[in-house]
Amino acid sequence: MVKFNIEGLHIWFGEVQAINNVRMDIQTREILSVIGPANSGKTTFLRMLNRLNELQAHFRMEGTVSFDKKNIRDMDLELLRKKVGMVFAMPMPLPLSIYDNVAYGARMHNIREKKKLDGLVEGALRQAYIWDEVKDRLSLSAFKLSGGQQQRLCIARTLAVGPEVILFDEPCSGLDPISTAKVEETMLKLKEQYAIVLVTNNVKQAARVGDRTAFFLSGELIEIDKTDKIFTAPKDKRTEDYISGKFG
Amino acid sequence: MRRNPQKTQSIAFFFLFLATFLVVLPVGLIVLVIIQKGLPAINWQFLSDIPRQGMRAGGIFPAIVGTLYLVSGAIIFALPIGLLAAVYLSEYSKDTLLTRMIKLAIVNLAGVPSVVYGLFGLALFVVFLKFGASILSGSLTLGIMILPIIITTSREALESVPYSFREVSLSLGASKWQTIRHIVLPNAIPGILTGTILGLGRAAGETAPILFTVAAFYLPRLPGSVFDQAMALPYHLYVISTQVPNVDEKTRYGTALVLLTLVLFMNLVAIVIRYQFRKKKKW
Repeated sequence: MVKFNIEGLHIWFGEVQAINNVRMDIQTREILSVIGPANSGKTTFLRMLNRLNELQAHFRMEGTVSFDKKNIRDMDLELLRKKVGMVFAMPMPLPLSIYDNVAYGARMHNIREKKKLDGLVEGALRQAYIWDEVKDRLSLSAFKLSGGQQQRLCIARTLAVGPEVILFDEPCSGLDPISTAKVEETMLKLKEQYAIVLVTNNVKQAARVGDRTAFFLSGELIEIDKTDKIFTAPKDKRTEDYISGKFG
Repeated sequence: MRRNPQKTQSIAFFFLFLATFLVVLPVGLIVLVIIQKGLPAINWQFLSDIPRQGMRAGGIFPAIVGTLYLVSGAIIFALPIGLLAAVYLSEYSKDTLLTRMIKLAIVNLAGVPSVVYGLFGLALFVVFLKFGASILSGSLTLGIMILPIIITTSREALESVPYSFREVSLSLGASKWQTIRHIVLPNAIPGILTGTILGLGRAAGETAPILFTVAAFYLPRLPGSVFDQAMALPYHLYVISTQVPNVDEKTRYGTALVLLTLVLFMNLVAIVIRYQFRKKKKW
C-alpha cells in the first residue's frame, strides 16, 4: 500500500536548491533506504515527510507530497507528525527520565491515565528491544544510558506515539557496530508493521536492511529500485560508481 | 628572540591574578568596613523599632518593611511580564529588522540611569495615573527598571536550551506551545532565576527611582495599603547620611549593613531555588 506519494518536489533554502524534481512512492511494510553523498539532499528529503524543514528560515518548496492521498500541507501539522515519527542521527533523549521520555509524546496528545501510559511505555520499550535493559530503572535520567541504548530509547519514544511511518535519519552514525546491529535488527522487526524510510551514509547498511534503495545526488533522485537490483545491476553509471566506492 | 614558554606563562598568570585581586579587593573592603562599623548598631531594637528623635535613635523597621514591599511588588510586576516578553522574543518573533531593533533597545534600556526611570515613574504613575506617591507607583517604577534585565537574561536562558530538544518534541507531534511549556521553559528556569536575582538586587538598592514615586522622608508607622507612602532602606540611608545632622556613624553603617544583608538574603533564597533546579538538569 502506498503511504507517501511525492510528485515534482523541489526544495530551496534561500537561493540554494536542495531537492530538484523528485518523484517517488513510499510503501508500507518496507524499508526504503536513501543513500547518497553529503549534501545530496537526502536528509532534506526525509525532513520534508514530517514537515520539519519548515522550521528552517528561507524554506521554499514546489510540488506535492501526499500522505494517504492527502496533501501534507493541508493536514493538521501535529497529526501528521504523530503519524510520521522520526529518529534523529545522534541519540537525542529529552532531559527527562527514561519513562517520561517514552511517555512524552503520548502525554502531549492528552493521554494522562497512568495505567494506559504504563502500558504504552512498556509496549514501546519492548518493541524497541530495550525493555529488559531498562525495566528496573525507568525513573533514571535517560542520559545515564549508553549511546546505543539511548538510540533504541528514542525509537521507543517514537513508537509510543503510534506512528504509521518511521523516518530514520542516519540512526547509527554515532553508534558502535554492536549497537548498530541491534538498531538494524529492530528496524527489520518494525517493518512488519510500519513503513520505514532510512537515510544512511553507510552503503552496506542500505544493502543489509533495505527492501528498496533510492540514490540521491546533488538533490536529484538518480535511481530507485529493489535493493538487489541497485547493488547488482544499477541502471545509472553514477549509482554504480557511488556504491562501489569510486566517490562519496 | 626565543620566548621562554614558562616565563610568558608566569607573566600572564601574574596579570590575570592581579586583575582578579583588584576586583575582589574593593568589594571585600566595602563589606569589611560596613560590617566593622555597622555591627555595633545592630540589636533587636534597631531592627524592630520605628525611628525616634528625628531619626537619630530608635530603629529602622519601617524602612526594612518598605523595601521588602517595594522589591516584592517590583518582582511580582516584572517577572511575569518580562518572562512572557522573553518567550515571545526568543520563540515566536521572526528575525526581522524590527525585532532586532527591539531586542537591542531592551538591552540598552538596562543601562539607562535609574533617575530617568524615577522621572518616568513620577510622570506616568504618580501624576498621570494619579497613583500619587505610593508603594504602587514605586513598585511599578522599580519593576520597569528591572524589566530589561529580566527580559535579556531570560531570553539568553531560553536560547541556550538546545535546538535539538525542540526538534525532538515537535517531531513527536507536540505543538509549539507544548514544546515551550514542557521542554524549553523547565530547562531555562535556572537562567531565568539568575536574571531575577540580578533584578532583585538592583531593585532593593536603588534610590533614585523611589525618590519621587514612593519614599517618605519620615513615616513612623507601617504603610497600610499599596496607596500609602513608605520608607525604604536606600532612601533612609541617604536621608540620615546627608539630610539629618548629627546621626551616629554606627546608625548609618548599621542601616547599610541591614540593606546589604537583606539583598544578600534574598539572593540566597533565589540561588537555593536555582540550585534545586540545576540538580534536576540532566544533560
